[in-house]
Amino acid sequence: MDELEHLIDEARAAFEQAADVARLEQVKGQFLGKSGALAMLCKGLSSLPAEERPKAGARFNDVKNAIDKLLAQRREAIQAELLARKLEEEKLDVTLPGRDAGNGGLHPVTRTLERVTTLFESMGFDVADGPEIETDYYNFSALNQPEDHPARSMHDTFYLAGEHGPSEQYLLRTHTSPIQIHYMEANRPPIKVISPGRVYRVDSDATHSPMFHQLEGLWIDETATFANLKGTVREFLRRYFELDDLEVRFRPSYFPFTEPSAEIDMTFKDGWLEIGGCGMVHPQVLRNVKIDPDTYQGFAFGMGLDRLAMLRYGVNDLRLFFKGDLRFLRQFS
Amino acid sequence: MKFSERWLRTFTDPDLSTQGLAHALTMAGLEVEEVSPAAPQFEGVVIGHVVSVEPHPNAQKLRVCAVDVGGPNPLSIVCGAPNVSAGVKVPCATIGAKLPGLKIKETKLRGVPSQGMLCSAAELGISDDADGLMLIDSNASIGTDIRQMLDLDDKIFSLKLTANRGDCLSMLGVAREVSAITGVELRMVDSKAVKADLEDQLEISLSAPEACPRYAGRILRGVNAAAPTPELIVRRLERSGVRAISAIVDLTNYVMLELGQPMHAFDLAKLTGGIDVRFARTGETLELLNGQTIDLEPDMLLICDDSGPVALAGIMGGEATAVTAQTTDVFLEAAFFSPAVVAGKWRRLGFSTDASHRYERGVDYEGISRAYERLSQLILEVCGGEAAVANDVTASLPTRADVKVRVERVEKVLGMAISAQRVEEILQHLEMQPRPSGNAFVTTPPSYRFDISIEEDLIEEIIRIEGYEKLPATLPRAASGMRALPEKVRDISRIRQTMVNRDYQEVVTYSFVDEAWEKDFGGRATPIRLANPIAEQLSVMRSNLLGSLVDSLKFNLNRRQPRVRLFEISRVFSQNGSGSNGSGFDQRRRLGAIAYGDARPEQWGATARPVDFYDLRGDLESLFSPHEIELVAAQHPALHPGKSAQVLVGSQVVGWVGELHPALRQRYEIPETAVAFEVDVQAVAERTIPTYEAFSKFPIVRRDIAVEVAADIPVQTLLASLKKDSNSIVKDVAVFDLYRGKGIDSDKKGLAFRVLLQDTQKTLTDAGVDSVVAGLRDILAREHGAKLR
Repeated sequence: MDELEHLIDEARAAFEQAADVARLEQVKGQFLGKSGALAMLCKGLSSLPAEERPKAGARFNDVKNAIDKLLAQRREAIQAELLARKLEEEKLDVTLPGRDAGNGGLHPVTRTLERVTTLFESMGFDVADGPEIETDYYNFSALNQPEDHPARSMHDTFYLAGEHGPSEQYLLRTHTSPIQIHYMEANRPPIKVISPGRVYRVDSDATHSPMFHQLEGLWIDETATFANLKGTVREFLRRYFELDDLEVRFRPSYFPFTEPSAEIDMTFKDGWLEIGGCGMVHPQVLRNVKIDPDTYQGFAFGMGLDRLAMLRYGVNDLRLFFKGDLRFLRQFS
Repeated sequence: MKFSERWLRTFTDPDLSTQGLAHALTMAGLEVEEVSPAAPQFEGVVIGHVVSVEPHPNAQKLRVCAVDVGGPNPLSIVCGAPNVSAGVKVPCATIGAKLPGLKIKETKLRGVPSQGMLCSAAELGISDDADGLMLIDSNASIGTDIRQMLDLDDKIFSLKLTANRGDCLSMLGVAREVSAITGVELRMVDSKAVKADLEDQLEISLSAPEACPRYAGRILRGVNAAAPTPELIVRRLERSGVRAISAIVDLTNYVMLELGQPMHAFDLAKLTGGIDVRFARTGETLELLNGQTIDLEPDMLLICDDSGPVALAGIMGGEATAVTAQTTDVFLEAAFFSPAVVAGKWRRLGFSTDASHRYERGVDYEGISRAYERLSQLILEVCGGEAAVANDVTASLPTRADVKVRVERVEKVLGMAISAQRVEEILQHLEMQPRPSGNAFVTTPPSYRFDISIEEDLIEEIIRIEGYEKLPATLPRAASGMRALPEKVRDISRIRQTMVNRDYQEVVTYSFVDEAWEKDFGGRATPIRLANPIAEQLSVMRSNLLGSLVDSLKFNLNRRQPRVRLFEISRVFSQNGSGSNGSGFDQRRRLGAIAYGDARPEQWGATARPVDFYDLRGDLESLFSPHEIELVAAQHPALHPGKSAQVLVGSQVVGWVGELHPALRQRYEIPETAVAFEVDVQAVAERTIPTYEAFSKFPIVRRDIAVEVAADIPVQTLLASLKKDSNSIVKDVAVFDLYRGKGIDSDKKGLAFRVLLQDTQKTLTDAGVDSVVAGLRDILAREHGAKLR
């Protein structure tokens, strides 16, 4: 019986030495095959006395099971090893960059526009748009600024050439206020609308571009006050710049389409910075769009979108916005 | 407008610092843009009297001067100025003096000690005059600090006035405001009527009484036009930015700055007969004081004498009747011209003047006699002579209509409480003559205010004087309705985001472009032109975005960007369209894109290949998805004739796509292929609201069909044939392979279609599928001569 015990040890050692599954199958034959060691020992069973045979037979089976188990264990171990090696071989350099489909970016003024629009929409403002080639009526007259009004020199206007020289009938809008006129013609109070867009003025230097972007807002109902205007503008600037302690100051000013009118200053670094203009919509403007100024009143404000973008992102030259320079634009993606 | 703070304080002198005064003005709507010193900081410079001048022993150009500065002994100062001579009074920087960028020490110049420095105006930073020593009035007392003597500690205020406040274009006007804000009394200048010794007058006719309702003239005889203008007046003029010229001109300007009334002095000897104020007649011309001769137009108001036009009313005098140094008799004019007759003329003339600037904003028609009396008085003082009785002719002057302001309305518009008493007080400060009327006041605005005609104007005045800083900031209240959110329209930000996700960088470029671009990229010979472009290359409105995109591409290529992908969303302009405001201009928004260089960013994990037509088609498909687009080969002036197409949605042409024409690439120096598209934003934005349809639960079967067809048959045509039976179990057909080249005739192409089949009622049998696919093969063979592979 020691021989049997010995056989288990021998098989264990032999299996351990088998490096792969093929070798293991060969070695298996040495122990469990038809002419293997176990088969040989099995033959000896018949020479035992009959009363010893059942016990020896059981013992024999135990040894066979033990060797089978050792074989299975070893087989599993070899396969595990194999898998482990394979996985090791398949290892990636995870630090290589991903397949890049590329990603573009929004223009900083658009980025600003979208942010500003979202803010005003959250306050219930509608967003309106309108033509850029305008008539004198919508750009000036409807806004209480008749021809030869001295305030017109503040707007150096681009006119379209007519068939026979200049025609003052059509012009490039100098502000987005004409959109408000269109909007008021189409909608009755209560009105809450912002009108962002491109505007044009004959002006070009480091701080002026012949084309730039304005944002105007309009609120008309029965009760909107000058104080509400200040509150609305302050609310917007606080949310836009994410500064809860930002303060707003109004300074008296003059626009033909508002009365009273104000320049908007906001706190900036250690002082005040002019950021836009505003006022209570002039009764004549309301009358021009057939809104009764005895019943309705409201406010309008305007700011430069480009300027808001410059302040927010620290851009110091307005002209950079319009050059299409990728080195500049990619910084805002 | 610029002015001296000292001068302003002679009218009203509130207890405010310079900065305090500037702030008060700004917060009252008279924006102080800048406060600058009248002279740079320096100290230790006194009036010196040059007692004697001796040659310098060692230097030919230098002199040794004895200078009395009021001390016990004269100072010995070496000086190189050419105009130094015994007897003159000059600024002398004494030992220890600090000049701009220089400290004066006792020193030796070429061996001779010098105890100070005699100064030019430039060395003191007062003016640019470096031609020699600054000569001081001989009456100046020796040893006086020059800062005190020339009032160099004065400050210069620059105001940026709004167009409605013409009344503030004078010292009097600004002072009136200061007085209203601070409550400090206003001191008027002396403008008593002068003694009129002479009787002679020019006859005055007002032939255009609406344009000129008041005209006053006065003759002064025996004046010395060559008399020097007093130093104080010269200084105040200069600090207002007005150059001193000669006494009569200077005094006229001075009174205009002081009181706001523009006036004109004619040389009486050069006038013929009486004065007529009338509109120009066709064919008349006038040579103006600036040397320009203008062709007069019938809406230009003139001052005429019996010989014809002598001045352009309210704008500029004529050269022929100008005052000169030899003038002895003058005719002074002080008039009121209506703002409407002067307004806007500067645009046609190409210039504006101090006078026209004031007249178009409105000049106080009741201040005329005050102004000519003041000017007469100053001329008599400075130039001598005698005055005649003024001839002050008035037709019908404007009247100020009463304006009522309700206290309740003030509070309703402002959104803050204000007492009736305070309202009345403010109106009084502003000389509005308030009379109580219930809980309101009826006012009569003063003659100098041209900007008060409705209640709102007074509300602004009330809050302006009360202080905009007192206005609270409150949020408005509103019914909380929701905004419309049309689901059939895709938000433009979503469209932009799609472009960004597909690797395009947004640009914003000018809407006006070079005329050549319109021809090259839009095929337009007659673009929409600007009448007054800022530059030739920005002179026409663009009808397409391609020119600007190519220009931006080139800009970046020049800066060594190898791969450029740009898009822009902007309105483009064309004539005769269905204009959105009935103007005859089509101003639709377009989305344009251009791609150049590799299709993907250079990387280790993908093979590099240049971007092509189908990349951009793919971008378009993504942009319009789930709408299907159709591309139809079509010519475009800027695109490669074989690689360009119209983009259709349904049967509507919504844009184009294609490769930039090689000839244009050459002209615009674009070395490699560039592909571009442009589509209507409105078409991209349209989308349908999905409606649910029951879907089949049975399995989908895939079969492939490979054929060889003539190379020039568009795939679209084949697909259309395969899909035409809409009742079929064929759910979808797509191309998954295209082959040309080896093993295939050069006029043929190999195509492989993937066919997906599905029945809504049952699981398909192989036999059923085979027969349908055979049918499809048959269609291809029969209709398109396809050879099965």
